[in-house]
Amino acid sequence: MSFRVHVRVMPRGGLLDPQGQAVEHALTALGFAEAGGVRVGRAIELDVAAGSRPEAEARVRQMCDKLLANPVTEDYLLEVEEV
Amino acid sequence: MLNVAVVRFPGSNCDFDTLRAAERVGTNAYFAWHRDTSLRGADVVVLPGGFSYGDYLRSGAIARFSPVMQAVQRHAADGGAVLGICNGFQILCEAHLLPGALLRNAGLTFVSKPVDVIVERNDTAFTSAYQPGERLRLPVAHGDGRFVAAEDTLRMLEAEGRVVLRYVPATESSPLQPNPNGSACHIAGICNASGTVVGIMPHPERTADPLLGAPDGLGFFTSLAAARPRAPTLNVPSR
Repeated sequence: MSFRVHVRVMPRGGLLDPQGQAVEHALTALGFAEAGGVRVGRAIELDVAAGSRPEAEARVRQMCDKLLANPVTEDYLLEVEEV
Repeated sequence: MLNVAVVRFPGSNCDFDTLRAAERVGTNAYFAWHRDTSLRGADVVVLPGGFSYGDYLRSGAIARFSPVMQAVQRHAADGGAVLGICNGFQILCEAHLLPGALLRNAGLTFVSKPVDVIVERNDTAFTSAYQPGERLRLPVAHGDGRFVAAEDTLRMLEAEGRVVLRYVPATESSPLQPNPNGSACHIAGICNASGTVVGIMPHPERTADPLLGAPDGLGFFTSLAAARPRAPTLNVPSR
């Protein structure tokens, strides 16, 4: 089976996110005063061959823990889609 | 003669400056390539600055898994001395040889300028030539230099005296802007528990030649040159 996995890596809450702050300032300057709490992360998509959805998810979690996210500063979310 | 391996990744910079500085203090310095699986009998390893693998994903994240880093891990585990300069510091953090991480500068801009730092300890493999409390003016050049770590990690680093370099607050005698990147506890460099693995954001190799002004950075290299050879080396490589 083949799965398309969407990984969302975000700076851990509470850590200063200067990129998010800069984007928020820019939005405010553009008149979007209602925008707040902006944070900037990273999206990664990949195809994974696996026997089952839990197996695909477990493998991608290993990839995240090892390489795709930094456990010291980032959290990640997975979305697994069968293709 | 002491063997010093300067590791080159695709995107390393100041690698020749680092090699020259190590040679200046009388060591046998040579390059190791990122694909090398051996450090060829290195007594000391230096990871230079730059943008290894284009800083893709995160600074140091991909370099950390290069073949040469497996050899650096073994060298460090055996008690061998490792200095990471700038990108080298980022790689050491990604490799978990040092705690914490280096994130985008708080001001979002790439900072390239001299900064004043204080030598917090001189019992590491790379700072023995300095006095504790000595002030140095060293160049920094980085976009990701903001040291962060969990609260308990920061407390541990302070309690164990593992902050090696700290940005000096601005004073009249030292008017440079303090803490150029928003680092926690004004940290500019740290070391492992035994003081053998050191990571610093400033570039001492850029101020290791009297032709370029006060050679404040040379002490990192005279310190490493005082290291004891690790084992008898056969077939000493030459570059």
